[in-house]
Amino acid sequence: MIRYLPNPVNELMKESFNGTMSRRDVIKRGGALGLSATMMGTILGSYGAAAQDASPSVEQPAGWSITVPADLPDLTGVTLNVQLGDDGVGAPFDQACCDKFAEATGSTVNFIPGAQSATERLTFLQQTMAAQSSDLDMAQIDIIWPGIFASHAVDLSDQVGDLDFFERLMENNTVDGKLVGLPWFTDAGLLYYRTDLLEQNGFEGPPATWQELTDMATTIAEGEAANSAFAGFTFQGGAYEGLTCNALEWQYSNGGGSIVEADGTVSVNNDQAKAALELARSWVGTIAPEAVTGYKEEDSRAVWQGGNCAFHRNWPYAYSLSAAADSVIKDVFAITQLPAGEGEGATSAATLGGWQTFVPAYSENQDAAKAFAKYLVSPELQRARAIERANLPTLGSLYEDPDVLAANPFFGELFETFSGGAVVRPSTPSADLYGEVSLEYFTAVNEILSGQAEDINSRVEDLAASLEDIMADV
Amino acid sequence: MEPEITAGEIAKPAVIVSERKRFAALAGPKTAVGRQQERLGWLLVLPSLIVVFAVAIYPLYETFRLSFTNTRLASAREVQNVGWENYRRLLEDDQWWTAMRNTLIFTVSSVALEAILGMVVALTIHSQFKGRGLVRTSMLVPWAIPTVVSSLLWSWMLHDRYGVINSIAIRLGLMDEGRNFAWVANTSTSLMAVVAIDVWKTTPFMALLILAGLQIIPGDVYEASYVDGASKWQQFWQITLPLVKPALLVALIFRTMDSFRVFDLIYVLKQGATDTMTVAIYTQQVLIQSSRLGAGSAAAVVIFVCIGLMVLGYSRLITVEEG
Repeated sequence: MIRYLPNPVNELMKESFNGTMSRRDVIKRGGALGLSATMMGTILGSYGAAAQDASPSVEQPAGWSITVPADLPDLTGVTLNVQLGDDGVGAPFDQACCDKFAEATGSTVNFIPGAQSATERLTFLQQTMAAQSSDLDMAQIDIIWPGIFASHAVDLSDQVGDLDFFERLMENNTVDGKLVGLPWFTDAGLLYYRTDLLEQNGFEGPPATWQELTDMATTIAEGEAANSAFAGFTFQGGAYEGLTCNALEWQYSNGGGSIVEADGTVSVNNDQAKAALELARSWVGTIAPEAVTGYKEEDSRAVWQGGNCAFHRNWPYAYSLSAAADSVIKDVFAITQLPAGEGEGATSAATLGGWQTFVPAYSENQDAAKAFAKYLVSPELQRARAIERANLPTLGSLYEDPDVLAANPFFGELFETFSGGAVVRPSTPSADLYGEVSLEYFTAVNEILSGQAEDINSRVEDLAASLEDIMADV
Repeated sequence: MEPEITAGEIAKPAVIVSERKRFAALAGPKTAVGRQQERLGWLLVLPSLIVVFAVAIYPLYETFRLSFTNTRLASAREVQNVGWENYRRLLEDDQWWTAMRNTLIFTVSSVALEAILGMVVALTIHSQFKGRGLVRTSMLVPWAIPTVVSSLLWSWMLHDRYGVINSIAIRLGLMDEGRNFAWVANTSTSLMAVVAIDVWKTTPFMALLILAGLQIIPGDVYEASYVDGASKWQQFWQITLPLVKPALLVALIFRTMDSFRVFDLIYVLKQGATDTMTVAIYTQQVLIQSSRLGAGSAAAVVIFVCIGLMVLGYSRLITVEEG
């Protein structure tokens, strides 16, 4: 689902590696990107490597920015089977992470790519855990899964050491005192907008409230009426987990709570949440395409990146794609935090996402697996992941790293959102029943958006009743 | 002593009949040879029995058993027997009934359209014309494409902004310029869009089975009716349709069962959206998204019973035909 294109630092690395640019230009561009001396050393060290190989089409090796941490144990003879990302564009980097660990410790690390869809992956892991299989020594788990896998996890709290992970993530990953996963990389919803269209229509900056967004999108869409493909606003409205993330942002930012509160009370049936859903419904078929009720991330990004959209809600991954060299909007867009609602308790809200490292209790190499999990979340590895893959680190200090900021200029501005301002889905109070809670919620919201459920009041009432039933079982 | 049968004897039907009689006489459990024969028989079917048991009977038994428990997928929770609770909750769930309604609409309309169109296609191909072989081959293309691919293909064709269907409709003046009609997202057309895709995909299958039925109708029946002065229309209703009926019924059984369990085509297009949710999607959501293995199994059992009843109904029709 998530795909990345090369970011500026990667591009520079590639050119340097291929020898297609002079050394002086490499240094100049590196300077413009604000790269540190060590980083420039790495890049220049590879200068012309491909040219010397007489194979100019070779790209820079994935994992080039990884520095292997010094404190790795000796694991000669141990074999680990690990599941990191999928087999898409991120696979070479994941493979490099495994290879460097294997090389440094003398172990063998088999990288098993997971499914692209998080739902499919959850199914696979649940079945593997249900069978108490020792085939898997470490796996990456979504931020909403700690409750589901707590009973199958090895406690990783002894691996934290002096690493200062974001408090929010540590709380989220701790179930009954057990640290189910080490925070690996994080994610939060963002508002993408077209600076040129805002300017043409005389708007000074991005919208501060959803109502403002609605009005601005309406005005802009009127001006673009000649372009039948144009949409004012796109988001993820399909009946899947992504809609839970979007709708939680609407209602939470409107002071409507977070569906199920931390103490387990079902709060979704309130006027502010319903008002937020009502506003969202008014977008469908007006500022948003009618088809938005079937959109997932990539469907909505297709409209946005085709230059046919004024506002777009997405995860940070879309930044590097929108800014890529072949993107038609690369110079005319910006990102900011999502708008706030109106009324009491209104605030800007971004749903928290991200992945954790998890060690199954059925692994026969638990100590080695723990060491691998800790290696992945080490500052060195997170830094490389941020530079090469634009994944958001879970350690605050990396948001001040010049090389990380050069590759992802927006990290600094939105630090607040990433570090703890983001809203968590109710996976902690609903524990292992979160899947059910989310299913009920996104089904109801999708029905409201598509008009299948005409009466918002009664649909939300039904939803609250179903959620009460589920929460009674927790 | 065990009788020896040579290859030469088997080749003669009369001998086989007499051998069978002898075998039947020997096969009684009373005699030693009979017991030996019976053991050999069991031994020979044992591999198939094991396979059937492992892949059909045991999973079915497990599904039945789980449907009376509150088992969850990969959960540390204690498993309890809950009796008919899962079934009670299932039948009280509005979503289930919406899914059932959608499934019935989908099944009836897609199977009916496929049968009619399949018949038309089969009759066309059955007649003599130039390039028949080419048409027969190209007709199979939609059936040969994997469902997920055809689903994605149609989702692009029906796309509100970039879709060829809207583009054609606008060019033909059937739709206003700049109108982006969302066939798949609009709740009043979504189910029909799904039916259309299924009809496009499965009509070739129907046509092929009907064609096989058409080809075994002897030509002299038509000649005789021609001599008697029957019109083409009469020939179709009085000869073709009754004679092709057994083949048609088999095709209908296959298609009805398949349509009732439809999952991939719709899931790719709409995931679990309520307006196109079928009973199979409902079951998948309960089993996987909610991890409620017990409740999901109850839904699966109900689907099993429904399909079982359908097959019974059809086989009744077939035996009545034969009688």
